[in-house]
Amino acid sequence: MTAAIDVRDLHKRYGERRVVDGLTLSVAEGEICGFLGANGSGKTTTIRMLCGLVKPDGGGGTCLGMDIIRDAPRIRLQIGYMTQRFSFYEDLTVTENLDFVAAVYEIANRREAVKAIIARMGLADRADQLAGQLSGGWKQRLALAACVLHKPKLLLLDEPTAGVDAKARREFWDLIHDMAADGLTVLVSTHYMDEAERCGRIVYLSDGKLVVQGTPDEVARDSKLVTFRATGTDLDLVARALRTLPGVESAAVFGSALHIAGMDRAALERATGSLGGGLVWHEVPPQLEDVLIHLLSQPGKAAA
Amino acid sequence: MNGFSFRRFLAVLRKEWIQVRRDPFTLRMIIALPVMQLFLFGYAINADPKHLPTGLLAVDHSKYERTLVAALKNTGYYDIRPLASEAEAERGLADGELLFVVNIPPNFDRSVDRGEQPSVLMDADATDPSAIGNAAAALAGLVSALDRDVPQAIQSSPAKAPFQFQLHARYNPEQLTVLNIVPGLICIVLTMSTLFVTTLAITRETERGTMENLLAMPVRPIEVMLAKVVPYIAIGYAQVVIIIAIAVVVFGLPVRGSVPLLTFVLGIFIASNLALGITFSTIARNQMQAIQMAQFTLLPSFLLSGFMFPFKGMPIWAQWAGEVIPMTHALRIVRGMLLKGNGFAEIAPDLWPIGAFTLVVAVIATWSYRVTLD
Repeated sequence: MTAAIDVRDLHKRYGERRVVDGLTLSVAEGEICGFLGANGSGKTTTIRMLCGLVKPDGGGGTCLGMDIIRDAPRIRLQIGYMTQRFSFYEDLTVTENLDFVAAVYEIANRREAVKAIIARMGLADRADQLAGQLSGGWKQRLALAACVLHKPKLLLLDEPTAGVDAKARREFWDLIHDMAADGLTVLVSTHYMDEAERCGRIVYLSDGKLVVQGTPDEVARDSKLVTFRATGTDLDLVARALRTLPGVESAAVFGSALHIAGMDRAALERATGSLGGGLVWHEVPPQLEDVLIHLLSQPGKAAA
Repeated sequence: MNGFSFRRFLAVLRKEWIQVRRDPFTLRMIIALPVMQLFLFGYAINADPKHLPTGLLAVDHSKYERTLVAALKNTGYYDIRPLASEAEAERGLADGELLFVVNIPPNFDRSVDRGEQPSVLMDADATDPSAIGNAAAALAGLVSALDRDVPQAIQSSPAKAPFQFQLHARYNPEQLTVLNIVPGLICIVLTMSTLFVTTLAITRETERGTMENLLAMPVRPIEVMLAKVVPYIAIGYAQVVIIIAIAVVVFGLPVRGSVPLLTFVLGIFIASNLALGITFSTIARNQMQAIQMAQFTLLPSFLLSGFMFPFKGMPIWAQWAGEVIPMTHALRIVRGMLLKGNGFAEIAPDLWPIGAFTLVVAVIATWSYRVTLD
């Protein structure tokens, strides 16, 4: 399979801070790749380097087979980049924004293309509303529509669903999967676990370095994280007590279930034995969420 | 909520202070601007301009003529150089090279000696009345300049001055200030409307976050800049038409020059402002900086261009600074065309500096337009 994105050893520093520090990344064509990591881990800068908005200080590679430094203008014609912050014109209507984008990309049959995308994204009812008056979910949808209007081969989405309600997020992801089915490659950064689980592959960044990558299942399995689960009542109190014990990296309540996780099996067993008193504990396979929280709580230990 | 909280106030103050510190450009502007302007305008502006360029037309050089010229020089208002012909005098006045022409009549000495009270004609460029006001007023004291030279017989009759000055206020005979102001106003309004809006054009994109998207799309800098400029050219012209129409109808402003030529010239002047605005816009990091930059050029445009104060009254270095400003030249052209009926030959010396300025600034704008977010 050919790689839509193939970059090696990317570096970018702002002043003293190494924002991206030797990142090597490969995304196959047609893949939905989730880009994860704490705030400031270099996700946005990496995405910007991929579309030529930021020049790497070191390293390089290709995007859709074109050099990310030399061919940036050509790459832009074939990618759709959705910025983290809504970056369309709030004083233009939905249709006007899309028409502007269509015109900038010199799309043939502009009117029809705009009409088609409005229909596909379900924006018909809002077509004449000012973009500034749309709610967050609709703004994201408009932005997505604008990004795919010129039928790009690669979508770079930078936290596309931040601050959007669950239903809107679900619909947004349905659209992304729908487009991936047509052969579109997607690189999407997110903080949401449910979204990470919908990705074909996830890549986890920390301090500008790639820490973990693989399918969500692989990442969970390879984490070597040990997870125990118990059900019962008054779990909040138990969780609070467990968190203070050595070896317990996280203790979280999900409704009537309590999850604890850590790297040290013996310590975890001691902890459940001493405090988990009335509860019955089962070891469960680690969930992606447990793994990600584990990773997020370990800054600095990132060097892979 | 519950009144003034000093701690909240301090928190905000700290934040503001950090922001100011992290924006050294604005900080420098805040400090440097008033200081610079104080020095610049404190010395440059002269409500009593002296050493005004004056031409001398004299058929025969005589004793009294020399005395009179010396007296004119001694007032400090006139810098006199002899002229060869009336044509040269006309041209000098039209170009703005000369503000006055002194015409000594033929047989001046004999007429004075005979007690005929000959008239010395002073042609004055009255397009800017304030430029010539004090100089013209000083003429009244000069009628006694010949007293030491003329024969006793004539001197003894104090009621009869040996000669008299006749001031001929050219182009603006009633010395109406409004006729001077309107051409200036055209230039000022054009600058205000075109410079400021374009100055904000690109910084606004940056601040609203739309710049990132714009950069990610396949648009070229020159396209963005031109597209942002063109609407304001139209708006600028509309303003010109309105101002001139009102000036003609209400104030009786003469339009003596060619209207198509004026339109063309103003187009170039508008272009110079837009180019400057776009350049500021690409350099400034935010709208605040952009506005500061625009203001920085606006004040000199007001004060050094000859709009508010007579250009010739400024010291030489201030005049040099003024020569760089497009407004200075635009002002001369518009005044000259409206009031003097100047044609292309007369305005050409002021046209090319505007064109050159526009070109240089446009190159800087294209060069400083950032195509990445770095």
